[in-house]
Parts: sequence; C-alpha cells; structure tokens
Amino acid sequence: MKTMSTFAEAGADLEFVDISKRFPGFTAIENLNLTIPAGSFFALLGPSGCGKTTTLRLVAGLEEPSAGRILIGGNDVTNTKSFQRPVNTVFQSYALFPHMTILENVAFGLRRRKIDDPLGKAHEALRLVELDHLAARRPAQLSGGQQQRVALARAIVNRPALLLLDEPLGALDLKLRRQMQLELKSIQTEIGLTFLHVTHDQEEAMTMADIVAVMNKGEIEQMGAPEQLYELPRTAFVANFLGQSNLFTGQVTDSGADSITVDVAGRGIVVPRTRAQRHAGEVTIGVRPEKLLLHTEAPTTGAGINILGPGRVTDVSFSGVSTSYIVQIPGLGAVTVFAQNMVFGPVVNEGAEVWVSWTVDHGFGLEDEPTTGSRFPADASTSAIAIQRRAALETELEGA
Amino acid sequence: MTALRSDRKRPPAKPETARPSRRRLTGLGLPIYVALALVFLLIPIAYTFVFSFNDSVKSNIAWRGFTFEKWLTVCNEPGLCEAFGNSILVGVVATVLATALGTAIAIALVRYRFRFRSSISLLLFLPMATPEVVLGAGLAAQFLALGTQKGIVTVILAHTMFCISFVVVTVKARVASLDPALEEAGRDLYGSAAQVFWRITFPLLLPGILAAALLSFALSFDDFIITNFNSGAVDTFPKFIYIAAARGIPAEANVIASAVFILAILIVVVAQVSRSARQKKLAKLN
Amino acid sequence: MAFAAFASSDAAVTKPPRRKSTIALVLLLPGILYMVLFFLTPLISLVITSFQAELPGGDIGDYVPGLQWQNYVESASEYLPHILRAFGYALVATVFALIISYPIAYFIGVKARRWPLLQSMMLTLVIAPFFISFLLRTLAWKQILSDESPVVQALKAVAILPADGHLTGTPFAVIFGLTYNFIPFMTLPLYTTLERLDTRFLEAGSDLYANPATTFLKITVPLSMPGIISGTLLTFIPAAGDYINASRDFLGSSKTAMLGNAIEANFLTLQNYPVAAALSIILMAVILVLVGVYVRRSGTEDLL
Repeated sequence: MKTMSTFAEAGADLEFVDISKRFPGFTAIENLNLTIPAGSFFALLGPSGCGKTTTLRLVAGLEEPSAGRILIGGNDVTNTKSFQRPVNTVFQSYALFPHMTILENVAFGLRRRKIDDPLGKAHEALRLVELDHLAARRPAQLSGGQQQRVALARAIVNRPALLLLDEPLGALDLKLRRQMQLELKSIQTEIGLTFLHVTHDQEEAMTMADIVAVMNKGEIEQMGAPEQLYELPRTAFVANFLGQSNLFTGQVTDSGADSITVDVAGRGIVVPRTRAQRHAGEVTIGVRPEKLLLHTEAPTTGAGINILGPGRVTDVSFSGVSTSYIVQIPGLGAVTVFAQNMVFGPVVNEGAEVWVSWTVDHGFGLEDEPTTGSRFPADASTSAIAIQRRAALETELEGA
Repeated sequence: MTALRSDRKRPPAKPETARPSRRRLTGLGLPIYVALALVFLLIPIAYTFVFSFNDSVKSNIAWRGFTFEKWLTVCNEPGLCEAFGNSILVGVVATVLATALGTAIAIALVRYRFRFRSSISLLLFLPMATPEVVLGAGLAAQFLALGTQKGIVTVILAHTMFCISFVVVTVKARVASLDPALEEAGRDLYGSAAQVFWRITFPLLLPGILAAALLSFALSFDDFIITNFNSGAVDTFPKFIYIAAARGIPAEANVIASAVFILAILIVVVAQVSRSARQKKLAKLN
Repeated sequence: MAFAAFASSDAAVTKPPRRKSTIALVLLLPGILYMVLFFLTPLISLVITSFQAELPGGDIGDYVPGLQWQNYVESASEYLPHILRAFGYALVATVFALIISYPIAYFIGVKARRWPLLQSMMLTLVIAPFFISFLLRTLAWKQILSDESPVVQALKAVAILPADGHLTGTPFAVIFGLTYNFIPFMTLPLYTTLERLDTRFLEAGSDLYANPATTFLKITVPLSMPGIISGTLLTFIPAAGDYINASRDFLGSSKTAMLGNAIEANFLTLQNYPVAAALSIILMAVILVLVGVYVRRSGTEDLL
C-alpha cells in the first residue's frame, strides 16, 4: 500500500520469478523468468494465444498466477489486488467509461486515491496528449485515435511505476498507428516510466521498444534489442516471426576457429562461428531475403561468399520499393529473395535460371534441433504457407 | 463483398427514380397496409378513450352525449379507485422485488460459471413458456394446500414470480453487452470492488434495469389471469373490470385506463424523442 | 488470427474464479429460491392436486391425497371440445397474427431504417395496446362487433352476414380477439430480427437473378426465422391458455369455451380442484411437447 500513496518518482523494475499460469484445459505460461529494467520501453511480441496478454494481466493483477512471484521495484505484489498495485493499463479496447466525460475518465484514478486537485492534474494530462479542448465530451464523441490518447492520459496521470499497453494501437488505421507510435515513444522518453507493451505487430515492437522479447507458447524464445533480434535470430520461430528468413538444414562438415561449414544440398555454406549457436551435427542455418543477390550467370566462387543454385524463378511479385522473387533450387526448395528496385521493372522474369549468393557475415545458425525445428514451422505467416502450398502444387504438377 | 459495400454508398435516390411505375405502386402498397394495420391496432384504444366521455348512466354501451364529469368524479364509482390503488401497490412492490432479485441473477448468469447453470436457465425460462392459467392455478393449488389466506400478499408473491423471468432476460442482455474491460479498467484505476460496482457497473446497467422495471410494472399492472386465481376477495383494476363486465363497465373505468394510457405513451415518446435528439447531436459532432 | 485472439481472450475471461463463486451464490440464491418456492413447487402441488380423490361424505371442495389417475381420463374426455378449441383457436390466431404482423415488422425494421424517429414512433404505436387494459380493449371489440353496432348492421346490409347472424359469441369473434390481442407479441420479435437483417443479402439475392418474391422467400424469411419462432411461440402459448376472449362476458359464448375457461370454472367456481389441476397439467404438457417439437424442427434451440 505504501507504493500507491505517492506518485512514482521513476519507473520501477518488473520481475517475474518462476511464473506459471494454467487455465482449465490449457497452460498459458510455463515457468516464466523475466526482468524488465526500470525506465525501459519493453515489448512483448508474439502471435495470438502465445501468452503475452495473460502476462500483462498478471502484472496488472487482473489474473492470479498459478505459481511464482511478481515483483515491482523489488516489492512482492503477487498477492495484492489490482487496485493496490502501482500499475496502470491502456486497454486494447481503451475501456473508456462511456457514462463519464473525458475529464472525469482521466480523473477517475486520482479521485479513487484521494489525490489533491484531481481535475487540475487531469487537465494537465490531457494537455500532454493535446486533447484538453475535448475534456467535456463523452468518449463516444471522440475518434478512435483521440480515444486512444485519452486512454493513455487516463493511465499516465496516475504516474504508475509501470505502464502496461495491451495492443493499444490495434484498432487504429496504418497512418494513425505510425503517428501514435512516435507519440507514445516520445511520451515515454519525456516522463521516464517503465512501459510494458504487448503486441503481435513486429514492426510496432521494433520501432518503439528498447528491448523486445519474442514469446511463443507461453515461453520467451529470445530477448534483446530489436536490431540484435533481427540480425541474429536464435530460433526458427524468431527468424520467421520477425521478418522472413530462408532456412536450410544440413550437416556440419568443417568446424574451424572462425567459421563452420554446413553441407546444404551438396554445397558447403559457411557461417561465422560467433553467429552460429551450434557448431556440430545437424544444424539449421539461415539468411534474410534482402541479404541475397540474384545472378543470371554462375558467380565466381570466392572467400566470404556463399552461393546456391542454379535454380529457377517461379514467382516475381513487385511491391514498389522492392521486388520479391521465389527461386526453386533442386534439393533445397523455395528461396525468397528481396531485391531493391534499382532499375525499372524486375531484374529477371519467371522461368529464368538464376543463382543466389550472400556474404558469409550475413548468415546465422539457429540453436533449434533441426528435428524440433518443425515445432515452429514457417507457418507463422500466411504468406509463407501460401508459398509452401504453391511450391508443393507446382512440384506435383511437374511430376504429372 | 467490396463491390456490394461500394454499391451501398450510392445515393439511395438514384435506383428509386429509375424504377418502373408498377414497382412504385407496390412500393406504396406496403406503407398503406402498415398505416391501416396501425389504425386497426388503435381502434379499441380510441373507443375506450371516447367512451370515457360518455354521459352514461349504468352501462357504458350506447352513446348518450359528451361529458367531462366522469373524469372529475372518477372515484365516485364504488370500489374502482380502491382496485386501482391495489394495482399500483402490487405493481410497485412486485417490480421492486423482481428487479432486485432478477438483476442479481442476470449478473451471476453472465459473469460467473457454476454447476447447474443450464438447469437454472431452464427454471427461469419455463415461466415464460407456461400459460398464465397454469401459473395461476398452480400457485392457487399451493396456497390452498398450505391453507394460506388469499389476499394482496399472495397477489404480490405471484406477480413477483412471473416478473423475475422477464427482468432476468432484459438485464442479462445488458450485462452481456457490457465490456468486462470497463470494470477491469476501474480496478486498474484504484477502484475497490464496491466502488467499481457503484461507479461503473451499476450506472452502465441502469438503462437495462429501468427498462426491466418498467416492463415488470406494465406486466403486473395489466395481469388478470394469475391475479384472478390468487387474489381472494381483493380487487385489482383488471379484476374490477372482469367482474363489472357481466353487468356493464362504468365509464369511470375508461377514464382510468385512458389516463394510464396517456401517461405511459408520454413517457415512451419523451424518452424516444430525447434519445433521437441525443443521437443527432452525436452525429453532428463526429 | 482474429479468431484465435478472440478464443484466447475468451478463455481468459470465462475461467471460473473459484474464490468468487461465493459471490455468484449470494447473487443467485434469493432469486432462485423464490422461483423454486413460487414456480416449481406450485407446479408440483398442481400435479399432486390432480391425483386427489373426493373425500367420501365431504363438502364441495374437500379432497384427500390419492392416486386418482382417472381424473385425467375423465377430465380429458369431458373437456375434449375445450382442449381442441384451445389449440385450434390458438393455432389459427397465431397464423393470422403472423400474416398480419410480418409486413408491419418488415416495413418498420427494414424500409423505415432511414428514419429512426419514424421507426420508433411506429413501434410505439405497435405496442400502444399494451398500455391500455387487456380486458378493456377486448370489451371495446365486443361493443364494436355487437349486434347493434354499425359494423354488424353494414355487414347485414350487404348480405355478408345473414339477417339473424351474430359476430360476438362465435368462434370468429374469439379468434379475432386472440389475433388482435397478440399482434404486438408477434410483431416485436419479428421486428427485432428484421431490424438486424443485412440488406446487402437482399441485394446479393437480386444480383444473383432472384426476383423480389424469390428473394423474399429464399433469403428474407429464412434469415428472420428466429423472430418467426419466438413470435409464434409468444403468441401461441398465451393464446392457448387464454380465457378472456372466449369468455361469455367478452367475445365468446358457452359454445366457444376454451381449456382456460374450463380450468377457471372448475377451480374458482365449482371448486373441483383435481379436474382443474389435471386440465392444467394437460395444457402444460401439450404445450411443452408442441414447443419442443417445433423448436427442434425449426432448428433453433438457443431460445434461452
């Protein structure tokens, strides 16, 4: 109770210790250990049903953990009720009280805690989100973006040690979402609170957060700065949930001091040792599509370059900034290549024979067992499924 | 889908003017039918209202001339105002009881999971699927078996029973449409359980609770069949009419029915007009 | 994706909070206890009463507990015409009410959508009869249809009605009264479903070469089935148990008496409680069976 008598001076650490949450019939979170440092903008990223919203609700006190402890700023809050925690939430649906004015909505938490001058402080918070001129209106009279900002003001006016954001931008259109992303980030920098942001939108997580934790099936797959996660994914799930990846599985044939060589369909592919999680046996390695180069003639082999091919271009789709090519390489399957549109139109057409190459430094090796790699098949995105289906259909048709 | 949606945005006037004249005739047929049907529905109401001004002597069948007198001396008719007062009393008490009990059930049914849930739903649904004469006879048989003296209390008990089901149905819909995130937001913003209920849940349920209460009162006020079985010597307004029907209804009964009708219609119309005005204002703001 | 999100959040919300089940109990108990005491046990006492035997040498209205199942046979055979009239009249009235109400509900719910105020005003007119006593509006019809009324005189003048004919006291008048009184019960549920009807389905129908009649029969009617079902039930059930319209003092005569009239007379006048109880149980049982079959056949079992 001591924590809530005053405004938080600064953000507080959030710590999960061995947290599990089971619902009848399924387990949402299994043995989660996580520390979110004070003052950071932390994003919990994952597909629907991965347990990220449950995690958030556990912090807010809207759910009770089946096991484990939750600490905020070092204080154990596991057994305190929602209204006793120095935590506020921006709900996915905003959950603005429809029967109160905007001002009363923002002042609600202050009034409950009997803080001096609730209306003055509410006006101040509304000024921060530039909505003070609408203070007398009802939520129904505001647009989606304005409601979102009111929900934010209603939460931050309480100066919580920790602000929880539950997919707060999901209901907004793309343009507004971009704008709100920037605003949220600048408000966080300005007031220096700890933000815990839950989202399934990888782009949103990467543009806003200092630290991103990718969650899957109730566990954290990987955690780190956005660039780090993107450049060096450790599991197939992360490699495919955060952008797209071309993954290959093969046997390690050579393990040197600086690099390992993996046999991929008869070709030796080199991965820097520091960028590979496993150095022996059967491993999965990968490379991002935009790191690949297309060649219409066999490129000369050289140190520091990996080459695959020849293969055949089976699909070319133009998307403005870049063009995506699908290349079928015998014995390997489909490889996706993103190429910047430096010239007018695609570089090669469907049916062309091509090779792909990339700089050794851009490859990465995963820590997944290649056999369990199928636990997270590339079905994270529907486009990946579509590509697989199409590839399967095409091989079937060719065989007939 | 997109084609249809864009189709909808087309100004509605355009396809109408393009219609052939035969279509336009059938287009007029439906409004005319509806107007006639509504007039048909209102005939007995108009009749009752007009005959409240009849200068009748004993029975109020033939038109004998216009008078305001019955409206001014309505309580001169022996037993009428007493019966009316009983109806109001029964209606108010039964409404309060049924609304309180039914609202609690509705909240529990939507918000909690428990055993025998479907049996409880059935228990609440069955009274609405049971003919009133069976409900009335059943209660009367029970009061008879227990030796209970029939009177205003037994009428209130009976009315509360059939009103509960209607309250549950009405309030349940309102509870179900209430976003649970609103209450969670209340807790998140430092509201205790009681504060969240009284400041958020209750105000948001209030329109549904009021609607349920109005419905209860209307059902109770107009009930005759169940009342007839369980009232003993006590008269309510409908029962007064039933008994009087054999010898002729006094015009004073028309006065009371007309007055109640006008009051009820006024309440409904004022509510609708203010709601429509509110919506227009809202539409203008957006 | 959206579906999965819904499923997961739903699972989170609908989990049974064990600690709170005491709150649920507190909320439920008083009301449920009330319904048990004043709905369920009366039904049971009705069943017990229906098996009671006459007290030998006792007064009128004196009965002893028994297992007199003959009560059912005797009352069913004695009041068979009343039983048949009850369900026959109710059925005809329900069909008429549906035919009359559907266009009203369609106009208010679909055609008048562009004018919300007109819509709510028309709805008010539909439910206006609720605001005047059920008995008084039935009596009003009795006067309007009485032998001396201009309506009957006119019908006789154009020879639709024979010179010695009546309207009141006939099955026609009873069915007329039942139809009139339950039109609002039919119109409201029809309106509720038609009001939500997505007119794009109708546009799609005509886009796919259906003429207006086919569109109506193949699209509008099936989509408004929930309203049709609840409307017909809300009309049929009270109509089958009604005894006002068929009463001699209202629109009926002794030749139009329905099951409700028999129950009332046996219970309140003749004090023949076992017969009244047996007839009530018969009424309730037939209705439950009919409703069960009807709801099952029309495929909507989620009426609750």
